[in-house]
Amino acid sequence: MMHVRRSPQEIAANRARYEEHQKKGLEFAPKALPGPSRLPAPAIDAAAIIHQEIVPGGWYWSTRLLRGEAIRIDQGEGNSTVALAAWNAEDTSERINLVDTAKVQWTTALGKGRVIFSDMGRVMFSMIEDSSGAHDCLMGGSTAASNAAKYPGEKTRNTRDNLILVAVKLGLDRRDIPGILNLFAPVRLSEGGSFGWLGKRSNSGDYVDLRAEMDMLVGFSTCPHPLDPDPTYQPKPVVITRYKAALPLADDLCRTATAEAARGFENNALMQA
Amino acid sequence: MSDFIQTSPARSLQNATQEHFIAAEAPWSGIVRKGQTIRIEDSYGQQAIDTLFYRADDFSERYSNQDTMRMQGAAYIGIDTKIMSNEGNVMLTMTADSCGRHDTSAGACSCESNTVRFGHGTKYLHACRDNFVLEVSKHGMGKRDIVPNINFFMNVPIKPNGEMTIVDGISAPGDYVELVAEMDVLCVISNCPQINNPCNGFDPTPVRVLIWDGED
Repeated sequence: MMHVRRSPQEIAANRARYEEHQKKGLEFAPKALPGPSRLPAPAIDAAAIIHQEIVPGGWYWSTRLLRGEAIRIDQGEGNSTVALAAWNAEDTSERINLVDTAKVQWTTALGKGRVIFSDMGRVMFSMIEDSSGAHDCLMGGSTAASNAAKYPGEKTRNTRDNLILVAVKLGLDRRDIPGILNLFAPVRLSEGGSFGWLGKRSNSGDYVDLRAEMDMLVGFSTCPHPLDPDPTYQPKPVVITRYKAALPLADDLCRTATAEAARGFENNALMQA
Repeated sequence: MSDFIQTSPARSLQNATQEHFIAAEAPWSGIVRKGQTIRIEDSYGQQAIDTLFYRADDFSERYSNQDTMRMQGAAYIGIDTKIMSNEGNVMLTMTADSCGRHDTSAGACSCESNTVRFGHGTKYLHACRDNFVLEVSKHGMGKRDIVPNINFFMNVPIKPNGEMTIVDGISAPGDYVELVAEMDVLCVISNCPQINNPCNGFDPTPVRVLIWDGED
């Protein structure tokens, strides 16, 4: 099994280009981001509201979301985690991809100014507002087994089954359930790589506004995160508001904060031309 | 290329039931039966080996990176890691690891994500997703079946503040992982062709797969 090595010149040129991208991604992008949105959440113009859904704790909901619309996910009473899945409405084989989302933005810490990518190098959501900055794109949701271990003897609902219900009712199946984003889940890694739940879960009234950058089917589950420190199963309701978003301006934060996001939007433009 | 390193008296190069060489940048797939051990060997060192597993008799059950991380409470794949499926079952268990650093948070490279990461000039370069599409399509699957994978020998440290970057691999020539199958699985590999980041030392190289029958 012979192998002919690439030339040292080619390797050096590719390494130099990578290190330039890496430096910008790690050092410049965080400086350009504004930090968490202010509390309380500004009211959404009533004329812009398309629908408002109060999803009970432990349940699921899905909606169609068109490009240019947005959803606000509002904690209400606080301490709720909301699992998010999404598919391109035109071609559901294109779906939310958290591994690409983290990798291309050089961070697992998503917050205001970041974007959420599909598996096709296109932007699905812009995080136009986020008061918490505490989300988890790594650990996934609860399952029947994880709930049985955590809440012995209690009757519970879990995110895996909720997402099966979401997917199947949309005409999809178990193969179509992507890795999920847990909104309002302050999960961080230790230096050694183990997960921890850092600090309080969230403030009551914490909110995230996600602007749709393509037409999508979006699913939600409101079960407690697997690391939620509350030993009792008592998920709270979450208010999800679908509304007509303001048109992005030329200096729109999410479209300009990083070179990676800007290139992602170039890919969106090609799809939508 | 390196010599074979023996991890158990029961497993030698001579008594392996299968030996496969995967060329640089190429895909591969094969069945690993329950009780068999698969060794994935980074023959030249610093080579990311993107890997997916599917239950052999029902491909709708497949590797889940989120379930695997959740179940072990930690982000990196290592010795004793239970490779979990989307249905909550253990697919394989890692029994040997001479490297100590494997990723399952960063996914596979694709032509599409390369345009975002490195510019549109890198679109027309061979990528893992294309390898996966070609390989899973042989088994009647499609793009929707390609889920976030394991990157054996890929070094992706994630800092406590969330910062995540691909850095030089620490695997030496001949470094290996061994996994014992807990169910019959289809293993699908993309021998990563990426030359835009350090996951392959900017120089993709061949790798080797060995499979042994169970010891009992």
